[in-house]
Amino acid sequence: MAENLEPLKPKDLGINDVEFYEVEQTPSVGFMGHMKGFWVTFRTMFKKPLTVEYPEVKAPTEERFHGRHQLNRHPDGLEKCIGCELCAWACPADAIYVEGETNTEENRMSPGERYGKVYQINYLRCVFCGLCIEACPTRALTMTNEYELADDTRAKLIFEKQDLLAPLRQGMLMPPHPMYPDMNDTNYYNGDVKEAHPSQDVTK
Amino acid sequence: MTTAQLIGADPGWLIAVKALIVFILCVLLTLMSVWGERRIVGRMQQRPGPNRVGPFGLIQALADGVKLALKEDIIPTAADKVVFVLAPIISATTCFMSFAVIPITGEVTMFGHKTAMQLTDIPVGVLYILAIASVGVYGIVLAGWSSGSTYPLLGGLRSSAQVISYEIAMGLSLVAVFIYAGSMSTSDIVAAQSSWWYAIVLFPSFAIYAISMVGETNRAPFDLAEAEGELVGGFHTEYSSLKFALFFLAEYVNIIAVSALATTLFLGGYHALPGLGFTEAWLGGWFTAIWFFLKVLTFFFVFVWLRGTLPRLRYDQFMQFGWKVLIPVSILWILVVATLRVLSLQNAPKAVVIAFASTIVFIIMAVNVGFENAKKKKALAVADGDNKTAPKFAVPSLPMEVSTINVSQKVGGDRG
Repeated sequence: MAENLEPLKPKDLGINDVEFYEVEQTPSVGFMGHMKGFWVTFRTMFKKPLTVEYPEVKAPTEERFHGRHQLNRHPDGLEKCIGCELCAWACPADAIYVEGETNTEENRMSPGERYGKVYQINYLRCVFCGLCIEACPTRALTMTNEYELADDTRAKLIFEKQDLLAPLRQGMLMPPHPMYPDMNDTNYYNGDVKEAHPSQDVTK
Repeated sequence: MTTAQLIGADPGWLIAVKALIVFILCVLLTLMSVWGERRIVGRMQQRPGPNRVGPFGLIQALADGVKLALKEDIIPTAADKVVFVLAPIISATTCFMSFAVIPITGEVTMFGHKTAMQLTDIPVGVLYILAIASVGVYGIVLAGWSSGSTYPLLGGLRSSAQVISYEIAMGLSLVAVFIYAGSMSTSDIVAAQSSWWYAIVLFPSFAIYAISMVGETNRAPFDLAEAEGELVGGFHTEYSSLKFALFFLAEYVNIIAVSALATTLFLGGYHALPGLGFTEAWLGGWFTAIWFFLKVLTFFFVFVWLRGTLPRLRYDQFMQFGWKVLIPVSILWILVVATLRVLSLQNAPKAVVIAFASTIVFIIMAVNVGFENAKKKKALAVADGDNKTAPKFAVPSLPMEVSTINVSQKVGGDRG
């Protein structure tokens, strides 16, 4: 085998037999052509810099930018997430972990049978592809435009349910609380519930 | 009274004060020029440049310097320790030294003494600057050699070859100035330019000097010695902390020094722009310093502009340009200048001078036309399919073909 390791000689490579053709060279641009470059840099000095002064100035993202996730609520404050784990199954990066739990009359977090008890998104793994949003059957999971997700420990980048849940808005009540009187989960999905009913407020 | 006599009467303490002023000026100019360069190059690339430390980022260079000084100072095991420490010191001190003979102002009053803002004036001032610049090369060569590493060695060698080659062209371009000024003293050369700047009278010399000073200072597009893409950092790859800072300082002081020399020799030094001569008396003569620094900073801007515009040259092109274009052209130019000077000094009739000048112009034109014709002829020959004149380049066969030959003839048989 030793002779195979010897370097090839030029005649083995057949350098002199190889056909070649000539490439037409671009002609010289001349003195003024060379000066053009200087004009370009000189002119650019008086243009406005394109830099965004980031920490002070935050340029708005595109409307459908894929940022941090958000777990949405129904208008009366109940969670939309039903703990079905379809988002976790859709995730190509295995970044989502969900544990579902059955709703009871005393502890109702969402309309219908089940809710998401544990909901974690690992932003060390997430690639912001948005497949989880496509998979969600209740529009519980959507993405915001928030992009400042850097942090200094790995643990901080695993977002828990309370980090992802949308804040309570006008007319919402903090769950657990019963469903709107005389409404079932289908009514909720059809958007028939517009705001919380006074009877839902269990704290009173 | 000439400047030499004026300065010669300085008491010792005034010389010390002047030395301090020159030193502080150099350091301040370096800090400001690092900032200025980054700002200007930034604007040329449509970004703002450093703007976070201090107003407009003005003390960015100072912050960088402090950071550098606080960093760990590493001396590689393979390095020659004495030379390794000595090299940046040589580099930094020599570039300051060249500033000693640069006349910054005309006649001024300093602490009650009539003098000029120039540390010393020696009859061979410009030669002294050239000599100091040559010693400065030792800093680079020794740094490259003592690092005990490949890239610094290559960078140092490149740099020394470069500086030496361009110093020849630089020295030759100065000869015409010496011939016309009749002196090598910087203050005399400035005084000789009170009516016409040598940048106009001796334009070819000025052009050659301007090109070679970029080569001399290792700046883009001639920054082959520290070509980041090829040699990591060149001669200073192994340097860190204060020693690196010294090289950095040396580079920028060098730029300022060659700009100051160009100002002195070609742009009339501290003299005002033509037509603004009355400003030279303002502030008791100190206003001339403003003219001087304006000219120096203009040169500095051109340095930055070059860096912002041109890509780095290939090493062989660079050397070819230096040896085959700059040096022959400057030698021919010196011949012409010397002849003209002799003619005018011996009061030759105007007709002779004009005849000589027009002969030179005619010869240049003839050579140029001949050159163009040869180029055209060659292009035509290539177009006609006469490939004898065109270079032929053989291309090695593709790796695919090689492996096929190899496998079928040798390995293939064994494997069956």
